Amino acid sequence: MTAYAEPVRAQTQTGAFVAVLRRDLYVTGKELPVFLAQVILQPFFLLFVFGKVLGSLGYTQHGYSNLLFPGLLALTAVITGMQTLAFPLVLEFGWTKEIEDRLLAPMRTGLVAAEKMVFASLRALIAATLMIPIGILVLGSIPWRWSGVPLLIVMMILASVLGAGLGLVLGTLVTPNRINVVFSLVFTPLLFTGCSQYPWPSLSSLPWFQVITACNPMTYASEGMRAALVPGVPHIQPWISVVVLAGSIVVLSLVGIRGFYRRAID
Amino acid sequence: MSAAASVRELVKRYPKAPVNAVDGISFAVAPGEVFGLLGPNGAGKTTTVGILTTRVRPTSGTAEVDGLDVLRDPVAARRRLAVVPQRSNLDRSISIRRNLLFHAAYHGVPAAERERRANELLEQFGLLERADSKPDFISGGQSQRIMIARALMHEPAVLFLDEPSTGLDPAARLFVWDRLRELKERGVTLVLTTHDMHEAAALAERVAIIDHGRLLAIDTPQALIRSLPGKATLELATRIPPDRSADDLLTATRTISGVDAVESVQGQPDGDGNGAAGEARVRLYVSGDAALLVGPAATRLAEDGMTITDVALGSPSLEDVFIHLTGRALR
Repeated sequence: MTAYAEPVRAQTQTGAFVAVLRRDLYVTGKELPVFLAQVILQPFFLLFVFGKVLGSLGYTQHGYSNLLFPGLLALTAVITGMQTLAFPLVLEFGWTKEIEDRLLAPMRTGLVAAEKMVFASLRALIAATLMIPIGILVLGSIPWRWSGVPLLIVMMILASVLGAGLGLVLGTLVTPNRINVVFSLVFTPLLFTGCSQYPWPSLSSLPWFQVITACNPMTYASEGMRAALVPGVPHIQPWISVVVLAGSIVVLSLVGIRGFYRRAID
Repeated sequence: MSAAASVRELVKRYPKAPVNAVDGISFAVAPGEVFGLLGPNGAGKTTTVGILTTRVRPTSGTAEVDGLDVLRDPVAARRRLAVVPQRSNLDRSISIRRNLLFHAAYHGVPAAERERRANELLEQFGLLERADSKPDFISGGQSQRIMIARALMHEPAVLFLDEPSTGLDPAARLFVWDRLRELKERGVTLVLTTHDMHEAAALAERVAIIDHGRLLAIDTPQALIRSLPGKATLELATRIPPDRSADDLLTATRTISGVDAVESVQGQPDGDGNGAAGEARVRLYVSGDAALLVGPAATRLAEDGMTITDVALGSPSLEDVFIHLTGRALR
């Protein structure tokens, strides 16, 4: 402890980035049961009630669960990415200030935001992947097409990053005292206008709702998943979905990182 | 040798604020120095430190830490500085030990070195027993100790502390002060902000007095106190009859022989400032024995129909320097 005046060894910003990511992964690892319950419960019940119960009681047509499952993959990825990022970020900026130690780490402030997005995307991806065995357990079988797997993987990644982007924008926009209002005003509509429970082309009989759902980027994730797993169901062209999702991610990241700078530096 | 920390013509105006929070402050902290920024809440101390620690963008002016321009190269500056905030910002999801270890990892300290330093600091700061529990439900003194230990994990050249002992009980306060003195012995530069003159006098080698975003004086505590007009103070609370004013009180006390200077005191902690039911407080700076002047003062004031209701004797402190410079008490 005599070397305080000695220069700190040179170190890359990547090192700091990786260390912050390791911290987040470490915490997730320690709270694994909580994490699993948090991400799986909601899609599990949606799948169980809409896919299994209603189907068994004869209220939904045969095959509805095949249509629902890809939509729930998209929903799980988007919602998990969003929740992982937005809730803690609002608290860290507004209340616990825990983020300060990371903001003072030797890396650009934008990288701290980027780490949040990478971590949230990873969690979302894990949650969506877990939905596959859960789907098999709950429904007995899931729609599966090996030739659709490459598109499925692309869609899972895009949906996860989309959720993280939404979370970053929300998390930097909202102050803790408004967290409840904003989340119920944003969360619920987002959840039900994202075409996870119905295919978008079938909405042509409800044109006004079709327009609203077309504005929700999650719609394109749901549609892309259907294109991968149940191409027989009418769906938006996969290339359109990929382009819209990629564009949304770019816009959300830029807005989110700007918001992050605004919150991090006075 | 370049300064450990310096600001030049620093100005910060927050959006929509009517006045500058920092209004043209310049100072330089020498390497190894313990430097205190003393001023009331809202004086601009925290904003100044915020700029130096890369968390606030100045409107104009420059700020350097260890020779690095914090505006041009904030990433390099962050390697050389550490911050201990007033309120805990510890990571509540991980243990106290991991708070230290991850902090060092963010700063690129190799794993073996991290472990060694963490053990050393945990012991030095009396934290070994609780090291593996999370920093929940801990006292203010303990979180302060953890945050200082954490800050030292990457061996910063300059350590910024915001009100390091505000709100701590006396024992915790002395513990923190002792640790800070040890750091000084090791040559770490310390910059502390405080509105507590005891803290500034106990720790700082040099003090900058700041009010309304401006630097009023900067010197050693001894020199600042020596700059006051007298060697002792006599503070009088006086009841003033309706036909007299606080100005009459000042005029009357100035004529007492042995009084070097007189100033009115406002904003006392008991809220009993000027005007309240014909009461006024005045502070006399005297070169001789202040107690001997109580009699003459009472006699002189009685001539004008004024009565002394309270007397306080003192040797001048940094608080008096602040009152002398601003006409207001610190708190």
